[in-house]
Amino acid sequence: MSATKQGSPPPAPKGEVSGAEAIIRFLGDHGADLVFGYPGGAVIPLYDAMFGSNVRHVLCRHEQGAAHAADGFARASGRTGVVFATSGPGATNLVTGLANAHMDSVPLVAITGQVSTTSIGTDSFQEADIYGITIPITKYNYLVKEPGDLLDVLAEAFHLASSGRPGPVLVDVPKDIQVAQIRYHKPSPPAIPGYVPRPQPSADEVAALAEAVHRSMRPVFYVGGGAASTGVHREILKLAEGSDVAVATSLLAKGVFPDAHELSLGLPGMHGAKYANLAINESDLIIGLGVRFDDRVVGDVRRFAPLARIGHVDVDPAEIGKRLSVDLPVTGDLKLVLDMLAKKLKPSGRPEWRARIAELKAAYPLAVPESGPSGKIKPQALVKAVSDATGGEAVTVTDVGQHQMWAAQLIRSVKPRRFLSSGGLGTMGYGLPAAMGAALSEPGVPTVLIAGDGGIQMNIQELATVRENDVPVKIIVSNNGCLGMVRQWQQFFFGRRYSSTVFGYNPDFARIAQAYDIPARRIEDPSGLAEAVSDLVRSDGPGLLDVAVDPEENVLPMIPAGKGQTDFFGEG
Amino acid sequence: MKKIISVLVRNRPGVLSHVAGLVTRRGYNVESIAAGPTENHEITRITLVVKGEEPVLDQVTKQIRKLIDVIKVEPIPHEAAMTGELALITVSFTPEKKSEIMNIIGLLGLAIKHIERDSATVMIAGSAQSIDTAINGLSPFHIKAMARTGLVALPLLENWSPA
Repeated sequence: MSATKQGSPPPAPKGEVSGAEAIIRFLGDHGADLVFGYPGGAVIPLYDAMFGSNVRHVLCRHEQGAAHAADGFARASGRTGVVFATSGPGATNLVTGLANAHMDSVPLVAITGQVSTTSIGTDSFQEADIYGITIPITKYNYLVKEPGDLLDVLAEAFHLASSGRPGPVLVDVPKDIQVAQIRYHKPSPPAIPGYVPRPQPSADEVAALAEAVHRSMRPVFYVGGGAASTGVHREILKLAEGSDVAVATSLLAKGVFPDAHELSLGLPGMHGAKYANLAINESDLIIGLGVRFDDRVVGDVRRFAPLARIGHVDVDPAEIGKRLSVDLPVTGDLKLVLDMLAKKLKPSGRPEWRARIAELKAAYPLAVPESGPSGKIKPQALVKAVSDATGGEAVTVTDVGQHQMWAAQLIRSVKPRRFLSSGGLGTMGYGLPAAMGAALSEPGVPTVLIAGDGGIQMNIQELATVRENDVPVKIIVSNNGCLGMVRQWQQFFFGRRYSSTVFGYNPDFARIAQAYDIPARRIEDPSGLAEAVSDLVRSDGPGLLDVAVDPEENVLPMIPAGKGQTDFFGEG
Repeated sequence: MKKIISVLVRNRPGVLSHVAGLVTRRGYNVESIAAGPTENHEITRITLVVKGEEPVLDQVTKQIRKLIDVIKVEPIPHEAAMTGELALITVSFTPEKKSEIMNIIGLLGLAIKHIERDSATVMIAGSAQSIDTAINGLSPFHIKAMARTGLVALPLLENWSPA
């Protein structure tokens, strides 16, 4: 800094604040008073403005951790998560977190510092074009070039992130904008021409849907993340029970419909229960509710639900007909559609369909294998122990891989927003920071993380954040010493050549946790499993349980990628 | 099949990146993209010519409509469209061929923008077909450089609904 610029800045004219102060004041005024982030050169003014303000900042140990923490916060609470990062590497470290939130439609606002507008484009220190980089992985993004635009941009960013189909929005704020003096004002209500966040469903389309249900003998609701984020679990329960509609829940909708319900099919698709896939295969009407008909569920498009007419309700018209041709499309806000449908639908019992579902469930239960002579803890038994210990009431967060699928199959969820998992992007390393964010969103609700020994190491630095903030996350490492899901594919499809999937070395996770002053222990004996899990869940504060599980276990049933719905692996 | 998609967008920095990026990342087959101002200085019109099967074209339209800056998307069937395109073509020739080429330029009704001893640059505005014809007519000579704007289109007035 040159000598002439030293000294304190001139006092601001009355009623004016710096851009940085405006951001903090805006966040405080809009209830976004918990921020995850990491400081750096280009956001020093922002962090200075936050110092001593009513906005609480959780200092994560990596920007990716901060992004996932904001994501976990948003999924658990339904509020928009906020993350701060500096320019350049700080901003690029958010990329995976933004892509993850984009795939799963999570409301997030990322505020990044940028080099001054006069330096943009000159390859300045810590400059990266985060606006350009994040175009494909955000719902929308901004580079603020005029101080006077800042507040309106923030208002628009929060509006876009949380309305319609939610998603992440990035606001890149150059350093000179942060220090510019602006008049703090209530931003004008966002008016975005052509943006319709709550499309009104067509009465004719809903009537056609109702008529299709009336005529159906074997109807299925296939429910997705849109049902979780719009909070329509009661409406779905009522409609399903009133008309005996079976309910399959995507990974993101787990908990929207109680897993133990007679009409529940749970997760369909690649690792869904056999009864779920067989029921869909026999169904004559599938109605997707806020769901993407993702390839991991549908498999071979031509062979998905061959007997069924397909209905699809979504707030995003681009989802309808994207992968499947749809017979009964309804574009609209899910709550509005379900309310209209409830008025149109005449409740009617389908005892034969109910009986058939019960029969399929009895014939093909999701089994938890016994430990047997190997004496090793079965990873499925570990997941079941978590379900038993929490009664499905805890926020259960997973990482990505085999344990994630076992959790999807075996955790008995009873409420929405209580099962958090990286679905679309399948981001290893999501679990620990997301669990931390979830636990901070609702302090009263216990939060349990199940992670593999691979994924836990991808953001293990967040143990420091957990400790520093005394976040009561119960961490369970399902430790099989390998990258189980890839190893499983290598076993099934690549001649058991375990290329780079078996760790030659793993650290002692309990001792790592202890180094962070987090109570921890390791168990290997199946007889102590239930008690160890139960003790962890009931303990105060954070804790870690490293569980040595049988590395030979595979996630079954399995329908190989791109195959038909009844092509169960290993059955010819 | 080919489709003209006329897109009205908020005139914001980066809006072309959003539209062009979407088309690339979703793997759509775009023949041309042209952008320019409209009667309203806050609104830009982007004209895309897209190739593909009907379901794909339907997806393109829906995905573009979803972009936040997009105000309106109008797929315009060829028969209901007024279209136009502009091209600049530089041909080079030997002195003895000069009169022959001038003759063809005259026959094709091309406007000469610039001429030198061994090259000429002509301009043509019209339908995509008339530009193709001009290129064909000049192709026996050496076409040194060419710039086409890509198609711009408006729906025929009887179908017109203001944005």
